[in-house]
Amino acid sequence: MTKEKLRELQKTALNVREHIIRMSGNGGCFIGASLSCADLIVYLYKEFLNVSLQNLNDPNRDYFFLSKGHDVPALYGTYVELGWLEKDRLKNHLKTNDFIYWHPNRNIPGIEFHSGSLGHNLSVACGVALDCKLRNQKNKVVVVVGDGELNEGSMWEALLVAAAYKLDNLLVVVDRNQFQANMQTEDLIPLKPLDKKFEAFNCKVESVDGHNFESLDKVFSKFPFEKEKVSVIIAETTRGKGLPSIEKRADRWFVNFKDEEIEQLLKELHGEAKAHLTSETIVAR
Amino acid sequence: MTYSEIVLDLINSDDRYMIMTSENRAAFRNLPPLIKNNFVDTGITEQTMIGMAAGLALRGRVPIVHALATFLTMRAFEFIRSDIGIANLPVKIVGAVPGFLSDGNGPTHQAIEDVSIMRGIPNVNVFCPADEDDMLKGLKKVIQYPSAFYIRYNMTKPVVDHSEFEVGKAEVFGEGKDVAILVYGFLFNQAFQTKEILESKGISVRLINIRTPKPVDEETILKAAKECKLIVTLEDHFITGGLYSILAEVLLKNKKTANVLPFAFMNKWFKPGLLNDVLKYEGFTAEQISKKIIQHSAISN
Repeated sequence: MTKEKLRELQKTALNVREHIIRMSGNGGCFIGASLSCADLIVYLYKEFLNVSLQNLNDPNRDYFFLSKGHDVPALYGTYVELGWLEKDRLKNHLKTNDFIYWHPNRNIPGIEFHSGSLGHNLSVACGVALDCKLRNQKNKVVVVVGDGELNEGSMWEALLVAAAYKLDNLLVVVDRNQFQANMQTEDLIPLKPLDKKFEAFNCKVESVDGHNFESLDKVFSKFPFEKEKVSVIIAETTRGKGLPSIEKRADRWFVNFKDEEIEQLLKELHGEAKAHLTSETIVAR
Repeated sequence: MTYSEIVLDLINSDDRYMIMTSENRAAFRNLPPLIKNNFVDTGITEQTMIGMAAGLALRGRVPIVHALATFLTMRAFEFIRSDIGIANLPVKIVGAVPGFLSDGNGPTHQAIEDVSIMRGIPNVNVFCPADEDDMLKGLKKVIQYPSAFYIRYNMTKPVVDHSEFEVGKAEVFGEGKDVAILVYGFLFNQAFQTKEILESKGISVRLINIRTPKPVDEETILKAAKECKLIVTLEDHFITGGLYSILAEVLLKNKKTANVLPFAFMNKWFKPGLLNDVLKYEGFTAEQISKKIIQHSAISN
């Protein structure tokens, strides 16, 4: 990856994080998870996926599913940076005159499928991947899932079926931010050793720093990892990445900040003074 | 034509159609080698099958999915609601051994709330054929319908030659004005015999086969409510959410009322056993139904 490309991706991700922060007031959003997968989503859309608003009807294009739907601000932010969504529409977040709310939905062009209920999009992606294979097409089908989402039995059920149908056009990316809603994953339902679990389901697994674009590029460029096997990337990430006052804090899952807090967080994002957050954190959504 | 011949014919004429099953091949054992890529068995995974059906539908396919009615409509309920209902995808959901047809299996296998929960999902319609003839007459139109359908699979031997099928239209036998029997599915046979018993005793009967509880034929129901002394609802389903509820909804919506005698499961599962014995035990034979109708004050007076 050239230095120029790296800087461009880093700048885009920074802009996406600004969009996420701005969506965390006036009703709020799931800021921690959105920040953990922002780099992944920027990388996927800018470097990996062959998908654009112009080729949505092309049967040979790639598919992207955001299964852990509450991090959709990262997706909207990326769409703004790609020019798919007008920036002003982000101000419609949670307004009834638009479709920009806490979970993805197909009213926003580019979004493949709605999510919100965990453990669904992997099986939907399996259906898409199966059809691509049956038609001998070379599409890539990518699903970003949460580590907390791996509590759901339907994830492992779908992996069994994906392995049986040898869906090597399917790439499962785990946003391994070590948190589920209110708890650290390892303190509640431990997932370790996660790579071994996927391997036991006959997947080919790679791990990577989910915030390092050069590392991401090296790993993603190896896809498909092995013929006739589902590829899995465990992207090691930090919940709340980019904002030290949010990072790795269980109580910053869902937040609804005041305007002045948002301004402080924007400064914190750019390495200026740390924000002083006083808003109560809402932990049930 | 048989069930599998109709499906094979559809697949041969249009590659969009696919058969899926979560390890329940009874209806089409002969088909897998004939349709190859258009056949997908996901193993015992109702949720994954429904999710995959949604994914296939996103790619333009029309999956016809098969599993036992209980596990399909209840184990995978949220997948049907969220992946098929919200997305409004034209997946056809075929539930095997619904209602009394689970005979000796016991309550785990009794799909007797399936009509209620399936019709409650926006964009999902419901087809409850009376018997094999009714099912085969409706099958093509239901599969080709542009939105999702739940099909209460019923291959029982027909007692009549059914009329041509139309989505949202009930099939009416007779113009009797004493009793109107509303029925769907497997109990049509008992309803048909009930009509004969009552008519032999001088009671005039109108038999209404509610082929699609959703969309329901309101006009035919309202006409019966207006013209008949007693409305009987007959269903192998909990009293909640099925035909009795549908009748109540239609009447209330139109500010009407009626004398109603429901036959349904009253807040309990039915006794498992051999089908004919179960019918008698639960009071759903034509003789038992006729007796209760004759005793009803709207008729006995």
